[in-house]
Amino acid sequence: MSGITLVSNRGFTLEGQTGQDAPLNIRGMTVSYGQMPAVYSIDLKVKSGSIFGILGPNGAGKSTLLKAAMGILPVVSGQISFFGKPLKEARHQVAYVPQRTSVDWDFPATVYDVVIMGLYPSLGLLRRISKSDKAKVAESLSKVGMQDFSDRQIGQLSGGQQQRVFLARSLVQQADVFLLDEPFAGVDAATESAIMLVLQNLQAEQKTIVVVHHDLSTVTTYFDHLFLINRQSIAYGPVGEVFTKENLTKAYGGKLGSTQLGTIGL
Amino acid sequence: MMASEFVALSLTPVLIAAFAGMACALPGNFLVLRKQALIGDAISHVMLPGIVVAYLISGRVTTWPMMFGAAGAAIVSVFLIEIIRRLGRIEFGAAMGVVFTAMFAAGVLLLEQSETSEVHLDVEHALFGNLEMLIWLQSDGWGSLLDLNALAQMPPQFFRMLTVFLLICLFTYIFWRPLVLISFDEAYARTIGTQAPLIGLLLVIFAAITAVAAFDAVGSIIVIAMILCPPASARLLTNNVRTQVFLSLGLALSATLAGYILASYAPLWLGFSDTVSAAGMISTLSGVFLAFSAVYGRHRKRIV
Repeated sequence: MSGITLVSNRGFTLEGQTGQDAPLNIRGMTVSYGQMPAVYSIDLKVKSGSIFGILGPNGAGKSTLLKAAMGILPVVSGQISFFGKPLKEARHQVAYVPQRTSVDWDFPATVYDVVIMGLYPSLGLLRRISKSDKAKVAESLSKVGMQDFSDRQIGQLSGGQQQRVFLARSLVQQADVFLLDEPFAGVDAATESAIMLVLQNLQAEQKTIVVVHHDLSTVTTYFDHLFLINRQSIAYGPVGEVFTKENLTKAYGGKLGSTQLGTIGL
Repeated sequence: MMASEFVALSLTPVLIAAFAGMACALPGNFLVLRKQALIGDAISHVMLPGIVVAYLISGRVTTWPMMFGAAGAAIVSVFLIEIIRRLGRIEFGAAMGVVFTAMFAAGVLLLEQSETSEVHLDVEHALFGNLEMLIWLQSDGWGSLLDLNALAQMPPQFFRMLTVFLLICLFTYIFWRPLVLISFDEAYARTIGTQAPLIGLLLVIFAAITAVAAFDAVGSIIVIAMILCPPASARLLTNNVRTQVFLSLGLALSATLAGYILASYAPLWLGFSDTVSAAGMISTLSGVFLAFSAVYGRHRKRIV
């Protein structure tokens, strides 16, 4: 036993958030692998226009939460809506960036081939790729600083470049809410700040960004809202209220020593 | 050798084998990229009980009951694999291994129970087919290709394989984008609304249709070899999916033509009195192509 006590801590106050049109609204969601619930009773309402961090220890169910919200994993119970609609009706407003390591980068494709996949919903099965489609790909690539890599084999990219390509693919979707799974895992510092800049620009365009994150030291600078999770909700709200020693101890249990808390200024 | 003799004895077997090979290689490209290439092997094995059951019901060894039996068994196995994979929460490959071993064994048992009759139905037949028997006796030289009456007398396997090949070309053309997408990033494909499980299932169903259509003409060994070898060779020679697909078709065609000639004529030229199995030679040659690609291919993965 890990010794973590999963304290029930429901009924957070959701100031300033009424109505059903939150970019992402999850109610009572439980996801399980076999008999074992991976996450349970998740209630989460993402504030429009926020950069929203999902934080928790390894195995807390952060990625599971995102995948279930995107319909990649089946949910046992609960309701998920985007802008008040089920995913099926809101697909064009939602872009998902999977974990970089979830695919085989030896696949025979170029950077361009991958980014244009983001346009497949509008291209359909057989519509020809037009000049404006190509322009959208080029524009997305330049936003992530990869404009010179369009014809590069994806197998030759570094981890950071792979992550930028995935981000560019989501940008061409021109969505209103972006869900990113560990975008900063194993990338270089230049990529991390480049990605953060893109996300901040999206926020300036009134987009909403949800990021699964694991690095405690950058939480307060990156996010304005935070969701702490360890299989179930630990705390959620503005980052200043949630990112406290008490909540982190609840989420991480004994895994978080006092020295670690000291280095992040808590 | 006379032209008329070649057209009568060799042209149709070569063409049938070529279309069968290319029809297998085409879906094989995506199966290889999805790391599911062994499904060709699985389908070929599971067809056996279907063929035997079809024979037990119809009492005849004729094409259509056997094809229906094989197709039925293939469909049953595809669903069994899915069910075991989901209920058991195990990997696709493991579920496939369980299903095709069990079904092949059941087929062998059934076959032994039915062997009181004198009917020729054995494992070897399913494995190597009867390619050399698909001759076109009504032909008279190359001119017969323009003679409708003579064409109508061609072995029916020719038209069956041609139809299946064209169907698979059409399927690949129409579903090109989703096929590439689910081969690279299935999770993402689902988030943008691609029916990933359905496309994946269609891919396997088309591979099964090819396997069923091909088995009584060219035998399962060609199916197994052609789903895997030409696409895998092509993958090692290029870094572009489109090029890979066309290259795999070219390799399948070359292996068939060269394999048939090597099997049927080379032994005689060398002074041997018997020819060797064309299906065996074609399959072996596709394996040799793969070995060469693995050693000399420009885009083989470096394993340090």
